[in-house]
Amino acid sequence: MEIYATLIAITESGLRLSVPLIFACLAGLWSERSGVVDIGLEGKMLAAAFAAAAAASATNSAVIGLAAGIIASVGFALIHGFAAISQRGNQIVSGVAINMLAAGLTALVGNAWYAQGGRTPPLEGDARFQPLTWPGAEIIDQIPVIGPLYAHILSGHSALAYCALIATILSGFVLARTRFGLRLRAVGENPAAVDTAGVSVTKLRYAAVIIAGVLCGFGGAYLSLGQAAGFLTNMTAGKGFIALAALIFAKWRAWPAFWTCLLFGLLDAVAIRLQGVVVPGIGQIPVQAIQALPYLMTVVLLAGFIGKAIPPKASGLPYVKER
Amino acid sequence: MLTVGKAVNGLALSQGFCFRSLFANHKGLLMRILSLGLLLAGAMTVAAHAETVKPAIVYDLGGKFDKSFNEGVFRGAEQFQKSSGVEFRDFEIQNDAQREQALRRFAKDGFSPILAVGFSQASAVEKVAKEFPKTKFTIIDMVVDAPNVQSVVFKEQEGSFLVGLLAAKASKSGKVGFVGGMDIPLIRRFACGYVQGAKFANPKAEVLQNMTGTTGAAWNDPVKGAELTKSQIDRGVDVVYHAAGGTGVGVLRAAADAGKLGIGVDSNQNGMHPGKVLTSMLKRVDNATIASFQAAKDGTWKAGISVLGLKENGVGWALDDNNKALITADMKSAVDAAAADISSGKIVVHDYMSDSKCPE
Repeated sequence: MEIYATLIAITESGLRLSVPLIFACLAGLWSERSGVVDIGLEGKMLAAAFAAAAAASATNSAVIGLAAGIIASVGFALIHGFAAISQRGNQIVSGVAINMLAAGLTALVGNAWYAQGGRTPPLEGDARFQPLTWPGAEIIDQIPVIGPLYAHILSGHSALAYCALIATILSGFVLARTRFGLRLRAVGENPAAVDTAGVSVTKLRYAAVIIAGVLCGFGGAYLSLGQAAGFLTNMTAGKGFIALAALIFAKWRAWPAFWTCLLFGLLDAVAIRLQGVVVPGIGQIPVQAIQALPYLMTVVLLAGFIGKAIPPKASGLPYVKER
Repeated sequence: MLTVGKAVNGLALSQGFCFRSLFANHKGLLMRILSLGLLLAGAMTVAAHAETVKPAIVYDLGGKFDKSFNEGVFRGAEQFQKSSGVEFRDFEIQNDAQREQALRRFAKDGFSPILAVGFSQASAVEKVAKEFPKTKFTIIDMVVDAPNVQSVVFKEQEGSFLVGLLAAKASKSGKVGFVGGMDIPLIRRFACGYVQGAKFANPKAEVLQNMTGTTGAAWNDPVKGAELTKSQIDRGVDVVYHAAGGTGVGVLRAAADAGKLGIGVDSNQNGMHPGKVLTSMLKRVDNATIASFQAAKDGTWKAGISVLGLKENGVGWALDDNNKALITADMKSAVDAAAADISSGKIVVHDYMSDSKCPE
């Protein structure tokens, strides 16, 4: 029973840690499926996290914070879109620029506004997305085996965590089953064909980039309003890049992306949980070994287990209409 | 008589140096001002010596506003500035490579004393102190053996012992937790003192320990701190003590969110979640900062090692309006008795750093 409780706790923690990855990964999925490589996921999330925390601390409303986060993130996405789509610039360069801009700007503005070393003031109460407890969670928790599943896995997460699930369902459905999704994927594979059919490549790509911005906005807001209580300089800590790795691992598909991010989150949770625990037969595992575990697994999985990952054909190529 | 003459002479020299850098291109003016400086210097008293003190601070990676260790230094420096009117400069490093640069920059600009916060500055201080033998350096949390370096270290194990005792007394489950920042001997010293205190109060007490990481980033990762705390709470812990700088913000919040108790460190963190922070282990870095700057101002600054424990008021525990209701009379008398015994030497708290071991 002890082991079961531990498993539940690890899964719960893994879910919490994977939410920002899921948002970022889906954002990357939308963008890259339309042929725009997005290295700037990290920067967009960071900008969103800062804007969300700043707005939430000013208005004491998490929802307004989320809206501000989305606006900031979409703003950065449009910069990327302008450079990559309208100006046909190098998409990697533009993405890297966004990362650097966001990292520097958030720290600078944060320091100027709050003078707390780039932090925003700690958020309390309504300024944060508190964990939602589902009806009857406490009573059902008493039921053996099934109880904890309901109380800790299904219930007890922030509203944004459920949004991640909804975003996955929507992304999967729209990309695979709708006309818009089909065209969007076509733009990422063969934009000339789409253009010949009389559909605007530019519009589709902008739409994808904006959707990516919205998703990054959710991810960033989750970081500063759900997971932590306020913004910290560089709080994304490479999550945008891990999401990119997850995207490759998932071969640019929505549901595999979801599961991959869950796996990465889970590995992180295991690393946290296994610290200082005495494993039977092995003894206490050194902290360093545990902390290397998620990265080690990532390398092994990426190197050996996924087979061939083929990116969208036109990914990273600006579309030039022939005249 | 002789000493006064020396002091005046030194003053004139230092003022001359100062003016020279200002008017390097105006030799005539420089001469006139120099002679004026000499005249003035003769008339000035020792108090005027204060003007040559230019304190500077280089913070550790946690940052100036970590609500903990670095912030304590900053508050101390602010207080010094208010009471003495002497301005100070400070710098927050963003990565390890900047330590040496920042120290050297300050030394080059004529700052002295330069206060280096944190054990990880040791090698940088050692190097830069050698390059600027006339500049005074003070390092907190580490010993650097050089003729112009003052090392201030604390007996964290003694303060941690007291909060460990309080934790075990406040815990209903008999399980208390510890979340450290970077996994280094210094933090193990906190943990070890805490364990001893908890076992002193309740020999059956169980102490769960976690470290956030092995790099400097571990001082500033509240999300991970919160996850570690949640994981300890899941295992039955109901009082969590952190020694993790900025990471501790997450530890205290996670404990407060779960309706459990946190214990702050370094600065008084009781007010961060009133009624949810049992107490804070005070490490009086603020006093150490003031003492160092004041000594430099008074001309009594000395290189060497000073070790501040309970007896010297260097460590302690915080009791204020925010946690008054949490500390029962029984707890208070027990912790006061233990504090007196430690000061008198009746209880010896084992120091992890003396043999890299913690008695179980």
